Amino acid sequence: MNAFMNQLPIGLSIGAVLLLIALGLTFTFGQMGVINMAHGEFIMAGAYTAYMLQDWAGRQAVLVALPVAFAVAGLMGLLLERTLIRRFYGRPLDTLLLTWGVSLVLQQVARDLFGAPNVQVKAPTWLVGGGEWLGIRMPYARMFIFVLAMLSVAAIWFYLSRTKQGRRMQAVMQNRELASCSGIATSRVDQRTFFIGSGLAGVAGVALTLIGPVGPALGTYYIVDAFLVVVAGGLGRLQGAVIAAFVLGLLNSYVEFWSDASLAKVVVFAVIIGFLQLRPQGLFVLRSRKLT
Amino acid sequence: MRIISFGRRAARLAAVSLAVALATTACASDESTSKGSAGADTSGDTVKVGVLHSLSGTMSISEVTVKNSVLMAIDEINAKGGVMGKKVQPVVEDGASDWPTFAEKAQKLISGDKVAVTFGGWTSASRKAMLPVFEKNKQLLFYPVQYEGLETSPYIFYTGATTNQQIVPGLDYLKAQGKKKIFLVGSDYVFPRTANKIIKKYAAANGMEVVGEEYTPLGHTEYSTLINKVTQAKPDAVFNTLNGDSNVAFFKQLRSTGISAADMPVLSVSVAEEEVRGIGPDYLAGQPVAWNYYQTTEGARNTEFVAAYKAKYGADKVTSDPMEAGYNSVYLWKAAVEKAQSFDPEAVKKACDGVSIDAPEGKVTIDGATQHVYKTARIGVVQPDGLIKEVWNSGAPIKPDPYLKDYPWAKDL
Repeated sequence: MNAFMNQLPIGLSIGAVLLLIALGLTFTFGQMGVINMAHGEFIMAGAYTAYMLQDWAGRQAVLVALPVAFAVAGLMGLLLERTLIRRFYGRPLDTLLLTWGVSLVLQQVARDLFGAPNVQVKAPTWLVGGGEWLGIRMPYARMFIFVLAMLSVAAIWFYLSRTKQGRRMQAVMQNRELASCSGIATSRVDQRTFFIGSGLAGVAGVALTLIGPVGPALGTYYIVDAFLVVVAGGLGRLQGAVIAAFVLGLLNSYVEFWSDASLAKVVVFAVIIGFLQLRPQGLFVLRSRKLT
Repeated sequence: MRIISFGRRAARLAAVSLAVALATTACASDESTSKGSAGADTSGDTVKVGVLHSLSGTMSISEVTVKNSVLMAIDEINAKGGVMGKKVQPVVEDGASDWPTFAEKAQKLISGDKVAVTFGGWTSASRKAMLPVFEKNKQLLFYPVQYEGLETSPYIFYTGATTNQQIVPGLDYLKAQGKKKIFLVGSDYVFPRTANKIIKKYAAANGMEVVGEEYTPLGHTEYSTLINKVTQAKPDAVFNTLNGDSNVAFFKQLRSTGISAADMPVLSVSVAEEEVRGIGPDYLAGQPVAWNYYQTTEGARNTEFVAAYKAKYGADKVTSDPMEAGYNSVYLWKAAVEKAQSFDPEAVKKACDGVSIDAPEGKVTIDGATQHVYKTARIGVVQPDGLIKEVWNSGAPIKPDPYLKDYPWAKDL
């Protein structure tokens, strides 16, 4: 029973990690339909930002790095959008190959800059270790990630529904032509969307330094999971991504507990495939009057 | 919906690219069979050797350093006049952490570059993929990493530890520490699964109990569930055969549960100095590891090796067991070639028995019957500065016994 209870926070924390890495994608993939395979490398860029900042921020680098990584990864995303992706709008397959190529290039750049081996990011001492409540162990790093994911969701929700820019973003996503007719500069909105989406990947990267490896291949470990969450949650739907992340996290933790890690992966994939057969549009559907 | 039609198109695209990839590999192997065994070209005043490691992908974290030390050995040898008067010219290829690629690149080195010998491989999967290529072409491979044993090939020299030089001494150490209940954690591929088979036999014969056995896919980064299982099983120690980046995630997440090395040591066989740096000594200090060489191993030859490596690749670099084994490989090959007075693989094989060099880890000698080397087993403990301090060694080099023939408990493996 105790073991069963222990799996609950584990599932939630896996869900929080999934959510954090998928949030950025709900923007670029969900809102804009750009399949950005280089998203994982923006996560990596965030992690390396924390590594770089250690030199003067010491052990608190992880905290300092959160906003810096947002800017660094965001600017990388913006650059990618401006130089390459905008020439490929409406050609998802070409974008897929293009961004995959970019992701390989970025991995190699990281390898040349920082070396192939993993680097060490020291966690703040107050994030090492964990506490026990009601017989359930919770590592502080996991709680930090959970809180960070929740804050990010709140911030995104506020931005999308309460600010002018956010509403414009939604308008462009729901009906680009109509938004354009109404005087919204869709190209500028695209840039902003890409900046925020990529920036969120950077934030995720910083958080991941607390629990995982920091190396050139970092992004490749998370990119598939991130796409799974966004697709299962329904494209562009924030609440869909939140629910999908936690459902997948819990499913993963319990299946792994009763079998093993390889089987848990298989089961999660199988469930998603089955689910998408029933609801190809994901958990939440965006209803609009668009004709496609 | 657009997304669906896109999905189908993507699937079709993937299928087409897969078909193309398959066709190219098929062509490659056709070519290799038609060419048959290609002799090395040693007519000029240089001799080419292949260096085949993953320079990209998940294994590059470890393999790049071995490539570096192999190239350093080649440079040193060239500076002293080469091998039998010929300069050694390395041809570096990237195995890309992908096992079929290792086989293709091995074939390319043999029939395209006509190398006299190849140094390379890390994972057992890559070695198993290359094995038929070297056997078919009757060419030599030097494999530098500790592995799961139960294998000999007439064309492979194993310069890393086999099981009785690393895993068995590691178990002896745990037993001597009074650890009775052990939990096995490993990556899901051939080395950990075979190693664990051996560990279970050992445990059964030595009054130890295996209270759990878990595998995760290579590159797995989520260990909280597995750690929960470990804490539920309450083992005295964990035997860790995880490989690659997974180790970072595992140790970071283990540390945050508050379990220390004193409560429950995690003995690792794939975590060396280089990996310690990537994980962070914070998370690893006090944990035991089993190898044959550490950067801190005493001896003039090692001082020289460490200094040369730092001078060449940077003062902040560390040296590790597989790097040292890769470095030794080149010198062992040179010594065998000089003894044979020929670059011909058959002549080198014939001459190899008893060939010995003064290596950073001490004296290493080739055992001609198994083409493995005699190595001293060493247990070390990770220090807060990231280096590893030796706490036990086997005293003398242990004779390689890949099939564990001299161990009664391993009879029906």
